Amino acid sequence: MAMQFYASPEQVQRDRSEYARKGIARGRSAVVLSYEGGILLVAENITTLRKISEIYDKIAFAAVGRYNEFESLRRAGVRMADMLGLSYDRRDVTARALANAYTQTLGSIFSETQKPYEVEICIAQVGATPEQDELYRIMYDGSALDEPGFMAMGGQAEAIAAVLKERHDTAADLQTALVLAAEALGSVGGENGQARTLTAKQLEVAVIDRRRPGRAFRRLADSTLTTLLGHESVPEAELGDVDSAPPAPSEGKPTVSAAPEADETKSE
Amino acid sequence: MATGFDPSGRLPDFFTNAGTSSFTQFLSQAAPELLPGRRPLPPGLSADIAPHGTTIVAIATAEGVVMAGDRRATMGNLIASRDIKKVHPADSYSLIGIAGTAGIGIELIRLFQVELEHYEKIEGAMLSLDGKANRLAAMVRGNLGAAMQGLAVVPLFAGFDLAPAEGTAPGRIFSFDVAGGLYEETGYEAIGSGSLFAKSALKKRYRAGVGTDDAIRLALEALYDAADDDTATGGPDVIRKIYPVVMTATSAGTHRLTDAETAAVAEQVVSGRAENPGG
Repeated sequence: MAMQFYASPEQVQRDRSEYARKGIARGRSAVVLSYEGGILLVAENITTLRKISEIYDKIAFAAVGRYNEFESLRRAGVRMADMLGLSYDRRDVTARALANAYTQTLGSIFSETQKPYEVEICIAQVGATPEQDELYRIMYDGSALDEPGFMAMGGQAEAIAAVLKERHDTAADLQTALVLAAEALGSVGGENGQARTLTAKQLEVAVIDRRRPGRAFRRLADSTLTTLLGHESVPEAELGDVDSAPPAPSEGKPTVSAAPEADETKSE
Repeated sequence: MATGFDPSGRLPDFFTNAGTSSFTQFLSQAAPELLPGRRPLPPGLSADIAPHGTTIVAIATAEGVVMAGDRRATMGNLIASRDIKKVHPADSYSLIGIAGTAGIGIELIRLFQVELEHYEKIEGAMLSLDGKANRLAAMVRGNLGAAMQGLAVVPLFAGFDLAPAEGTAPGRIFSFDVAGGLYEETGYEAIGSGSLFAKSALKKRYRAGVGTDDAIRLALEALYDAADDDTATGGPDVIRKIYPVVMTATSAGTHRLTDAETAAVAEQVVSGRAENPGG
């Protein structure tokens, strides 16, 4: 007869927490902070798979941990925001509502399933002033924190947050905030505790622009980042745009909209 | 909304699954009541229960496209609205105008705008112009049942193609039929009850490669001709200062002309017609 081992609920929760924490600690970190012109989101990321994304007009998403898990949460956020915006109005989509849905979802996944999600996410909403910015940090177990102006997520979040806490200033401009974020992320993970210098290629950066009407999210491209990290400022207009690069037209695409092109293929 | 009914409080699976990048497809699972064309209608023809929007014209220019729409909505022999806006930006590089049942048309525009933005956010890239037109065709197709009971709506879609096929102009125009048929048009197109007259006017005046400013004038002339012969199309209302909505889509994105800019062109058209009513 098989032996039934008893595990106390505390033990089960502890095991799951430990499992999730270990998973998150393996990945690279991310920071989110308010600056004078908006909210800056920076993730250490050498791949093209994104950790930072637009959710709605004034709301962005950043995550660390397992890609497949936070990607499905990101999609859920975009879907929920667009559905709320369509049913009510664009102004009625708030970071708080999204954060609540995320805590419920992560909380029930943590307590009801065998394997908890190994993710930590941030929902940021830009306000008219830095004081009105909202940063919600949601953990793998569904617990949520309302962070004051800056936050760090990932394996060595505490060390990174310590750097941010010491130097963070909501009145700083974009270039100063970006240099701080890059230095904070680089303050951990070097050999023998040495600081690393992160380059534009190692960072994924986006801002939610306080002064931009409508969709305020923009990604900062490589060239812009290099300039900003080199302690030079970049004019507002050249900061880059939302994800709007269209796919290139494919050769001999199967579904053309008008008849004339189909005739050409026949004559060949 | 479906989210409230899961006892665990967790977002339902169709929110989190990889599934589709299309918002309308997602809605068909999450909240089908938000989709036009999914509502049961009483039998019989219901054409005259709601306002109708009328004439929209679109013209391809050297720089992109111009789209203009009159401001009238009618209910039978009555004017339901003098200042309805029937031309809207679909996203940052394309425009949509509607003719037919105004309520369903406006709803279709809102849904289409969210559809395009949703894809951009989910995929991190914009749809191609053909992709956008195909999505819109699918949405028109979804309304076929209502269309057959008199609540038809037909859009006109035009935009700046950021990656046009070699040798073609970036400004492209697509028209649709109630069954969801999609047709790419060359040069210009008009929809709605006054479209016959607007297209006749454009046939004589349009030249390929026309500049944006000239195209704006052409569009307002065509709308004037439509209003001249079609009671459901409104002309420029100089008494109330209500003028057609004119929008452009070029490499710089979409842009709506200010009322003052439109008024200036409309007044040129009106004074031209005072000398020669035929234009």
